[in-house]
Amino acid sequence: MIKYIHLLIFLFTLQSANAAEVNIYSARKEALIKPLLDQFSKETGIAVNIVTGKADTLLKRLEAENRNTPADILLTVDVARLVRAKEKALFQQIDSKLLNQVIPKNYRDDDKQWFGLSLRSRVIIYAPDRVDKNDLSSYMDLANEKWINRICVRSSSNVYNQSLVAAMIANYGLLKVERWGRGLVSNFARPPKGGDRDQIKAIAAGVCDVGLVNNYYLAGMLESSQKSDVVAAKKIRLFWPDQSTHGVHMNVSGAGILKSAKNKKEAIQLLEFLVGDFAQQWYADTNYEYSINSKLENSSVLKSWGKFKADELNLDLLGQHNIDALMLMDRVGWK
Amino acid sequence: MTRWNSLLVFISLLFSIPLAIVFGSLFFPEYEVWEHLRATVLIDYIGNSFALLIGVGFFSLLIGVIPAWLVTMYRFPLSRQLEWALLLPMSVPAYIIAYTYTGALDVAGPLQVTLREITGWQYRDYWFPEVRSLGGAIAMLSLVLYPYIYLLARAAFIEQSVCVLEVSRTLGCNAFGGFRRVALPLARPAIMVGLSLVVMETLADYGTVQYFGVSTFTTGIFRTWFGLGNSLAAAQMSALLLVFVAVFLYLEKRSRKQARYHHTSSRYSSLMQQRLTKGHGVIALIICAAPLSFGFIVPVSLLINWAIDTYLDVLGKDFYLLFFNSLFLAFITSMLAVGIALFMAYSNRNNQSLLNKIMVRLVSMGYAIPGTVIAVGVLIPFAWFDNSLDNFLIENFNISSGLLISGTVFILVFAYLVRFLAVSINTIEAALVKIKPVMDEVAKTTGMHTINILRSIHMPMMRGSLLTASLLVFVDVLKELPATLILRPFNFNTLAVRTYELANEELLAEAAVPALAIVIVGIIPVIIISNSISRSRPGHG
Repeated sequence: MIKYIHLLIFLFTLQSANAAEVNIYSARKEALIKPLLDQFSKETGIAVNIVTGKADTLLKRLEAENRNTPADILLTVDVARLVRAKEKALFQQIDSKLLNQVIPKNYRDDDKQWFGLSLRSRVIIYAPDRVDKNDLSSYMDLANEKWINRICVRSSSNVYNQSLVAAMIANYGLLKVERWGRGLVSNFARPPKGGDRDQIKAIAAGVCDVGLVNNYYLAGMLESSQKSDVVAAKKIRLFWPDQSTHGVHMNVSGAGILKSAKNKKEAIQLLEFLVGDFAQQWYADTNYEYSINSKLENSSVLKSWGKFKADELNLDLLGQHNIDALMLMDRVGWK
Repeated sequence: MTRWNSLLVFISLLFSIPLAIVFGSLFFPEYEVWEHLRATVLIDYIGNSFALLIGVGFFSLLIGVIPAWLVTMYRFPLSRQLEWALLLPMSVPAYIIAYTYTGALDVAGPLQVTLREITGWQYRDYWFPEVRSLGGAIAMLSLVLYPYIYLLARAAFIEQSVCVLEVSRTLGCNAFGGFRRVALPLARPAIMVGLSLVVMETLADYGTVQYFGVSTFTTGIFRTWFGLGNSLAAAQMSALLLVFVAVFLYLEKRSRKQARYHHTSSRYSSLMQQRLTKGHGVIALIICAAPLSFGFIVPVSLLINWAIDTYLDVLGKDFYLLFFNSLFLAFITSMLAVGIALFMAYSNRNNQSLLNKIMVRLVSMGYAIPGTVIAVGVLIPFAWFDNSLDNFLIENFNISSGLLISGTVFILVFAYLVRFLAVSINTIEAALVKIKPVMDEVAKTTGMHTINILRSIHMPMMRGSLLTASLLVFVDVLKELPATLILRPFNFNTLAVRTYELANEELLAEAAVPALAIVIVGIIPVIIISNSISRSRPGHG
């Protein structure tokens, strides 16, 4: 038995003895990053090892493993968790000219600890046969009585909703947003359930008329190989909210390099690769996210939605107001 | 004996470390968070968890015990096939059956879309059961968890002496009376083991209720932890969950305190299955076929239907690796779980001190804790150990050991054991209880050692239960997701992880392929074990 355990330990520590490599803890699902990592390995000869999981459990693992953690990079799909990792002092400062050049200032950390890698917007979607576009205006307006029993949105346990509310707290203050939250919840057509695609399907099926989703889910369904997805998505239109005020709520998927990184050079190389043209084009073409590099072309679906005004709020604030947002959502009964 | 005892205490303590961490959190009360929870969501969490528990408990007893009795005692069309087929839903993870039924029956699913197209109705014009609801969650969990009760109930019915039933007949009981007044009470320890597994599994479930938007105590733990970023309060919630389970188990034990369940007669005449009349046979067939259909045939057909479209994209070289990883983990863990459980249950039988009892109970609590909480409870002490060792080696020998155990398969298997030892211990204990202590005493007078008694007397008598225990753990590990997700090494995926990642991106059709693979791998041991239980009737070789 003991022998066997030793053998196991030996086998599984062996793999970390390779030459050039970089190790990632990723909250981004394997399928949505692996092709890029493979390309990186092909170009540089650096092997990439990855463990995927939920951001918070990865944070917990990093905290427990402490300075001996094998991970070099933490990759997340939302800025709030990047800020949380920074608050827990897990990241180190990175001076990369390229990263600073490509990534707009509000999409990276002021202390150079985390960097946005791709952009997503949280938009209003609606059923054009039941909603007059002119009735839509802002996130705030969704609390209006005219939307009673007409709104679908996923659970407040989802970090995209938390970040939207956090951004609103930063823009309007806690009191105003709490009142808004009560109104919004009383307008729900059904208790929150499912993911963003579910809200799109629910609107297409007539359960509700208006919803809140990340833009790439709608694009993904429009371009899906499954006919039912395309049929549903075609019944939906996208609306850019807050165009005359703060602008559309934006979030990033991003990464930071860990304090204890043993492969810092390779890790920086990988981050630089991920903001490079090849990777950014891939984000846009495969996952319909907006490129962090404003000079690059977006995919055709994204272009069809036209230009829009984005909220230029410092994303750090989304992390700082995350807990306030969640407690607020508990109080207003957003399940 | 003392060496056995200290080993027992050592093993128990080792596997209780995660529990200790969970309970340790109680010493640091987080008043602020609790006040927030109490004022907002706590009532909802508790109410939903309670309703879920009662619902799943009731329905899984109903569709577990009755078919078990029917297939054991009667012959009717397909009864032979149903004996093993009724176990099949066990191989379907709860979150997968939830995804499948949602995909088919949801408002945007093919059935309702077609309905609207044919009739011209709008969404609000007709009533249709909402899959993603509390009721839906009860249905889903009952459909995949009832086999625990079925399996143990059937094994108990098979092991019962027909003589006892025949005596009940002579005393004027009809068939139903014999079932209600003799067979059912005799099978109670086994059925209760099954029920407590169901209860614990239900409390620990996160995937299904989260997907259905039902806020339970367990989703609350995750929300407190992830959302509010307060792992201490989350651990405290887990501790309360455990207290609830402990009280439930204690009350169950106490309520049958005076009763003893070993076989009183050692005469076993062969079980004469009564052939049912045509009408009764069809009714029995329907009763037994319903849970099998809804728990297995329908969801698996849907999965196959989806997989046909996508298997070419999903199957690749690395898919076989997933297959191997899942099998490897399930096999290793089930062997270890049975070995450890046998040791613990047996030590407890031979030395029924309070300490031993507490130790065994402690280790069997892990099943009720959500996998994520266990994983963190395993992660923290092992990482601490690794880091301390590393510090020590650097200071004294200038060698760095890095992380020795953390991030290896070893820690993963350890976490599985913490979570699933309850399954093997409960199953094996229930079997040991039925062996009369007189047998041990007689064996001792012939000069046999404890270990020999175990090997040559008890183990052959419990062969069915040992196999059952290993099967249960095997299938459980195959389906396990949250702990695997947190603790696995780099580039290490299992079928469950792959299924989750695809399903979580709402790519149900793609997720169908690895989901089917889990089901297929799970079916094989289910069939093997079922056959061996049929043959395990005492008095038959």
